[in-house]
Amino acid sequence: MTNRIAQAFARKKKGLLNIYFTAGYPTLDSTVPLLTALTNAGADLIEIGMPFSDPLADGPVIQQSSTVALKNGMNLRVLFRQLADIRSQVPDTPILLMGYLNPVMQFGVENFCREAAAVGVDGIILPDLPLDDYVAEYQEIFQRYNLRPVFLITPQTATERIRRIDDLTDSFLYLVSGPGTTGGANTQAEGVQDAYFQRIEDMKLRNPRLIGFGIGDKASFQHACQFAEGAIIGSALIRALDDTEDAPAAASRFVQSVLQ
Amino acid sequence: MKPTYQQPTERGYYGQFGGAFIPEMLYPNVEELRQQYLDILAEPEFQEEYQMLLRDYVGRPTPLFEAKRLSAKYNTRVFLKREDLCHTGAHKVNNTVGQILLAKRLGKTRIIAETGAGQHGVATATVCALMGMQCIVYMGEVDMERQKPNVYRMRLLGAEVRAAMSGSRTLKDATNEAIRDWISNPVDTHYIIGSVVGPHPYPDLVARLQSVISEEMRKQLLEKTGSELPQYVVACVGGGSNAAGAFYHFLEEPSVQLVAVEAAGHGIHSGHSAATSVLGTPGIIHGSRTLLMQDEEGQITEPYSISAGLDYPGIGPLHAFLADAGRARFISIEDEDALRAVSELSRLEGIIPALETAHALAALGQLGAGPDDVVVVNLSGRGDKDLETYLKYADTIL
Ligand SMILES: Cc1ncc(COP(=O)(O)O)c(C=O)c1O
Repeated sequence: MTNRIAQAFARKKKGLLNIYFTAGYPTLDSTVPLLTALTNAGADLIEIGMPFSDPLADGPVIQQSSTVALKNGMNLRVLFRQLADIRSQVPDTPILLMGYLNPVMQFGVENFCREAAAVGVDGIILPDLPLDDYVAEYQEIFQRYNLRPVFLITPQTATERIRRIDDLTDSFLYLVSGPGTTGGANTQAEGVQDAYFQRIEDMKLRNPRLIGFGIGDKASFQHACQFAEGAIIGSALIRALDDTEDAPAAASRFVQSVLQ
Repeated sequence: MKPTYQQPTERGYYGQFGGAFIPEMLYPNVEELRQQYLDILAEPEFQEEYQMLLRDYVGRPTPLFEAKRLSAKYNTRVFLKREDLCHTGAHKVNNTVGQILLAKRLGKTRIIAETGAGQHGVATATVCALMGMQCIVYMGEVDMERQKPNVYRMRLLGAEVRAAMSGSRTLKDATNEAIRDWISNPVDTHYIIGSVVGPHPYPDLVARLQSVISEEMRKQLLEKTGSELPQYVVACVGGGSNAAGAFYHFLEEPSVQLVAVEAAGHGIHSGHSAATSVLGTPGIIHGSRTLLMQDEEGQITEPYSISAGLDYPGIGPLHAFLADAGRARFISIEDEDALRAVSELSRLEGIIPALETAHALAALGQLGAGPDDVVVVNLSGRGDKDLETYLKYADTIL
């Protein structure tokens, strides 16, 4: 079965920009206007963050946006309602939902997949869903709804494990740029990160790769694109929404500043 | 191997509870630990060093004291397992001594920990000083305020105390920050978790390291009562490490009633409570599937207890299983009753307990124990750290 993620990587081979933002931030109703603004400005893929009270893999910026979004009243039911008509406005851009397992479990994994598929979501990123649990309990459900899981790879991920992740994936691999939570600065010694990116590139994996964590502007985006099909920006976009009355316009300007 | 109450499955499950729900960034560290912890714990050299430190540094075995005046008051035979007499003043050090030896064998040089009441932070800072290792302790800002003496002790011991500023700024948030630190420092750092919580193998690892408590209890009871088995073992539960240690060698003895005491805060249904076994539903917190206080959307609820060490929205997966299976009885105690138990033990036995421990003591009246029954209360810690709180609530206590 085909999927918008595969089509996006078929259309464009290099320099894909994947933008993450938190649903319900800065206001409850920002989700759809932001999504359309980002795609109109040239984002190639969209990750919508499902806010969680205790986001372990996230740094302060995404934590804060999640706290605000929850206060605004965001939850999965609201999100699916907001996205109900999204494919009439954004027909082709892949949309992924990213979040933590607990809210999805409480919603019910099957319910979640059904609703996600119904509104036209293409992929799911749940960093705290273990690979073995995915295979044992959820793979069949994901496949039934043609939802593609995305798994993370880090500099510490062992080679055999990367191969296994690649085998289980039919979308893209999420290369975490270095040690740290989202939004962190690159603290690695010169060349260490590039050597890691190069090592993964040399593995000639089946799936395309997007590099994420710590990518925040045109320079870091272009650098990452030398080693992968594209890159993912989250915290920097969210920071760009601070202190603005017009979040969609700020989001557009941000995407343009990365791509131009 | 058939899972028992004591032994989780290979993937770390006690019934439906446990597992390791961690992001990929933590996988190599947690997997390394999982593959090695049982072998390392079984090494003769490890055991020799661990036993030596428990004896000569921690001061074990800790006494089992028959509390005669408390017994008279409750018309039953009450014994106190004196974990408050451990070096640093609580049971927490049993775990940190073991984990620091483990960390050394894993080649780690930097130690992180979370702490609520500060006892685990102090116990971690202590063993880091002993071993010459760098130590960073995360503590909720609210807890730093209410457990000030322990903040100073950690600093004196050479640890860096970092304030957790998110959420309710208590134990849950300190644990989040410690996990984020570990994500950011995946190579040189070992995370010494302070309770039987977190991803597998931590719950089993910490339970094993605390199990010395019930191992000693059995020998001491035999000497003092003629039987290794009491009728009741009572312990407070934050994450559940002192309870796990006190229950461990009685788990497969159905005649022994295990009583876990949680913090009811201002009242179980007041909205200000940490009574997880009553209010919790299955969910994932800190990498473990367990009973957890959460809303319908799966967002974790901010807990409340006057006691920083019990102010946690989950319980270890072992305890979730014991609750689910009916193997342990869960009682919840409100702030005020805990405070009254502080003064009771102080005046009847000359022992000032920690606020956490006071919750276990406050359950004595609810056990239904008879005059010939033997009740062991795990006296998990001493009250020095809580003096400021005790002063503040002098009206209730004195
Ligand atoms: C004296 C004392 N007892 C009990 C606890 C609760 O922890 P646990 O449930 O892991 O024993 C603490 C935690 O800080 C403590 O300091």
